[in-house]
Amino acid sequence: MDFLRPAGWEEALAVKAEHPDTVPIAGGTDVMVEINFDRRRPDRLMDLGRVEELRDWEVGEETVRLGASVTYTQIMENLRTELPGLAIASHTVASPQIRNRGGVGGNLGTASPAGDAHPALLAAGAEVEAESVRGSRRIPIDAFYTGVKRNALAPDELIRAVHIARADGPQQFSKVGTRNAMVIAVCAFALALHPRTRTVRTGIGSAAPTPVRAAEAEEFLAGALEEEGLWESRGAVPPSVAAHFARLAAASCAPIDDVRGTAAYRRHAVAVMARRTLGWSWESYRGGRSAPCV
Amino acid sequence: MTATGAPADAIRTSLASRTAGGIGESTLRPDGVLKVTGEFAYSSDLWHEDMIWGHTLRSPLAHAAIRSIDISRALAVPGVHAVLTHEDLPTAVTTYGLEIQDTPVLATRKVRHHGEPVALVAADHPETARRAAERIRVDYEELPVVTGEESALAPGAPLVHEDRTDHRSGRVPHPNIVHRQPVLKGDAAAAARRAEVIVRGEYTFGMQDQAFLGPESGLAIPAEDGGVDLHVATQWLHSDLGQIAPVLGLPENKVRMTLAGVGGAFGGREDLSMQIHACLLALRTGRPVKMVYNRFESFFGHVHRHPAKLTYEHGATRDGRLTHVRCRIVLDGGAYASSSPAVVGNAASLAVGPYAVDDVDIEALALYTNNPPCGAMRGFGAVQACFAYEAQMDKVAARLGLDPVEFRRINAMEQGTLMPTGQRVDSPAPVAELLRLVKARPLPPERGWENGDGTADVRALPGGLSNTTHGEGVVRGVGYAVGIKNVGFSEGFDDYSTARVRLQTAGGVPVATVYTAMAEVGQGGVTVHAQIVRTELGVERVTVQPADTGIGSAGGTSASRQTYVTGGAIRHACETVRAQVLERGRGLFGRDRPEWAEAGLRLADGRVLTERGETLAELAEVLGDEPAEAEVEWRHRPTEPLDRLTGRGNGHVQYSFAAHRAVVEVDTELGLVKVVELACAQDVGKALNPLSVIGQIQGGTTQGLGIAVMEEILVDPVTARVRNPSFTDYLIPTILDTPTIPVDMLELADDHAPYGLRGVGEAPTLSSTPAVLAAIRAATGLELNRTPVRPEHLTGT
Repeated sequence: MDFLRPAGWEEALAVKAEHPDTVPIAGGTDVMVEINFDRRRPDRLMDLGRVEELRDWEVGEETVRLGASVTYTQIMENLRTELPGLAIASHTVASPQIRNRGGVGGNLGTASPAGDAHPALLAAGAEVEAESVRGSRRIPIDAFYTGVKRNALAPDELIRAVHIARADGPQQFSKVGTRNAMVIAVCAFALALHPRTRTVRTGIGSAAPTPVRAAEAEEFLAGALEEEGLWESRGAVPPSVAAHFARLAAASCAPIDDVRGTAAYRRHAVAVMARRTLGWSWESYRGGRSAPCV
Repeated sequence: MTATGAPADAIRTSLASRTAGGIGESTLRPDGVLKVTGEFAYSSDLWHEDMIWGHTLRSPLAHAAIRSIDISRALAVPGVHAVLTHEDLPTAVTTYGLEIQDTPVLATRKVRHHGEPVALVAADHPETARRAAERIRVDYEELPVVTGEESALAPGAPLVHEDRTDHRSGRVPHPNIVHRQPVLKGDAAAAARRAEVIVRGEYTFGMQDQAFLGPESGLAIPAEDGGVDLHVATQWLHSDLGQIAPVLGLPENKVRMTLAGVGGAFGGREDLSMQIHACLLALRTGRPVKMVYNRFESFFGHVHRHPAKLTYEHGATRDGRLTHVRCRIVLDGGAYASSSPAVVGNAASLAVGPYAVDDVDIEALALYTNNPPCGAMRGFGAVQACFAYEAQMDKVAARLGLDPVEFRRINAMEQGTLMPTGQRVDSPAPVAELLRLVKARPLPPERGWENGDGTADVRALPGGLSNTTHGEGVVRGVGYAVGIKNVGFSEGFDDYSTARVRLQTAGGVPVATVYTAMAEVGQGGVTVHAQIVRTELGVERVTVQPADTGIGSAGGTSASRQTYVTGGAIRHACETVRAQVLERGRGLFGRDRPEWAEAGLRLADGRVLTERGETLAELAEVLGDEPAEAEVEWRHRPTEPLDRLTGRGNGHVQYSFAAHRAVVEVDTELGLVKVVELACAQDVGKALNPLSVIGQIQGGTTQGLGIAVMEEILVDPVTARVRNPSFTDYLIPTILDTPTIPVDMLELADDHAPYGLRGVGEAPTLSSTPAVLAAIRAATGLELNRTPVRPEHLTGT
């Protein structure tokens, strides 16, 4: 195995262009597990640790441009206001040691349905900035996940950054695991209220072959909020609306039975999380709060 | 590991002895700081110049005939030094085992479980060895699997061991039964007719893993005399030695074993793992061979706790007295016997729990199946039974309208009670008092997760940091349980330990050295041994020598027995040394001081004292340049085998008791559990090191919590393959899952034991699980007859 350490981004892109089978490694929290367990034996491993640009973030008017290697710890500590959903999700990632190394770029590169960042990215609205020697492009998050552990990157592309919409309303993230910390998701749910566009976005993890949005549930809820004038009145969401939203969220799952849980439980849990995250988010909206409770 | 002198910052909780750092004090572990800071040298850190790496090829199938093994492609890999299969075993002894030698060193004609070792590779680099192993071609012919009682005992069932000749084979009803033990007392059928309430239940106990953090590892170094030096993490050096040497064809004195740093054991290191394999490779290649399992392989490298199906019937009168208990306990022993027979003996003899019941009808058995082999784990057969009988006790109490603690109190055994085996409990059995203590504790405050500002602290809620509830759906439940565990090796086993103690002067100061083969696996022998010597010989400076096979056996670090048995041996060796010292002192000074002739002379603070405390001499003066030394073998009182048909017999040495109260909060909608508090009360007889005792109780309690709510090795029911051999999917409690564990420690002396002590390591693992289950039942109203409880069970999904 060749171990490459490009000094900068251009060099990294050049390597990837010349050898598209090169596996990039940043925090290593996914790749090293695969290698240690001998599930993967890349001929070339490219350490992105020296690529400074990947570790920066910029807070713009509309979006946050989050470098691919910004760690979960940094997100939790620095971006709670701008990216509250992703900050809560970051808090649920593994252990402090892992959160000090892992970042969203790796989650996207691996594209596991269980990646904790995905539901929050789907709910907030995001674009993946992919780059190769051929140039740079932005892939909408909705089009990024193409299959189980597959994504829309071309073989010569690397993830430079993620552009995530700054929160314009409350966001929540909730994840079920069978212990109270350091656990891989049995399933997860993220919700973001977007009062500016009067829309609702969601993200579901570990309950389908890829991370997915609950599109029908989103449309139903946005319609109901509009119809009842709740965006202006900030009145309570009727329990029947919350219940139907939860049912639709569960219906957009395509889960399987596996060692971590049954499909039936996943559907059930997604419904419960959808109802609860809606409750918390809407209470924040009514109270003018958007800070998470963690 | 070496402990020298009393740690300067030892916590002093008692002044039981005059010499600092003696028994009753919480002296600190010499290896504690090293372990916490990551500097402790574990067996996986062993290194030797010129060493090469061993790797094991394991079966991907649970049951298959081996048609052929082709190693030529592996041998051709550059850097490979040796590839071994069963054909390379040097003697006719090709199997090993703790009781029944049924486990092949390397699979011969067939494999009987997923992960069974088939071939070995030694290479310059572990990765080279791994890649070479992949090039070994094994031609398997898959065979039908036996996975439980139904498939094991069905007509025409495949036999896991087709031609059994072991000493138990003639006494079992079916060749797929390793061992069966009934225990009969009184007339359960007649008593059942007197019962005014009868409660029946069927229970399932999942397969738990010891999940020790230091994986199986060791280093074998070939020696010039044709022997081998083996450094390894194990629980019992001499038990290993007795199994290794015959396979290698070496006399035991040519297999020199030294204990390497052990990263936890919990029963999982009683059976051999890489010991013989590394020695075979070292002797073949003439090079030191290191083997280290990774986490994945570790799940296949040791036995697990027996999963069990338990069927119980309890009867009682309206006033709350148990009339009888009938039960049947079926343990899944997996592919090889390991310690299944002894686990059966425990499950059978302790099946009723710490209650006085005159009429019982118990049957316990262990099966051979193609599931992973199961054997020793903390609690050893008593854990599975406790889960079931305590669930039953709650159900009977509910049926009678009695408080569950009151119902237990009415039926609690006490000193003098007869066990179902007919054995009289002849030391304190404060079952009712332990329950009273946990019940008397104030409950933790309700809604403890609420911050002052109306927000929730999710760390205190079910789901924890995963942010699943801010209080919605959360219901509290409280549950109680109590258990009984035997201490020491039972059923007539010759249970002894060997200790050598030397007292001498060094630089004018008396110092002592204690030498045993005791495996320190984290239990704290390294502190306790020095404490005993300080108390008995009155010297502060005590060196605990590393454990090896240069001295006789210490017995295993298991069955909660080491402080009792090796501690007893050390105490006895000290008594012998003391007698030598006093004899010498009398010779030297007796003519000048008539007090030397008195009885009750003792050693303390480096001096010889009269019973009244007058100094007769400095120890250094008495010793001069000549050490006093003694080596002893020490035994506790003997036990008897259980009668094959009735289970009668004084089978156990000592009993230990613990009770728990669990307070849980359950998210009833998501089926997630937060254990808020697990209060424990335990009688420890005498706490030689209170801090270590509390650590044992809290650790055992947490391990019991694990099997209640998360820990389970999942085995595919069709293929018998392990589905979750990783810490990603085999979950053990994190600190956030571990509740507050307040401990009440009773010290009621057992007059038969050294210092009155009672083995403490296992009892807290028993009652923790059923207490948590009882609390979850109280919160949810669900029956929950299986452990661990999964969210699916709590949500009906």
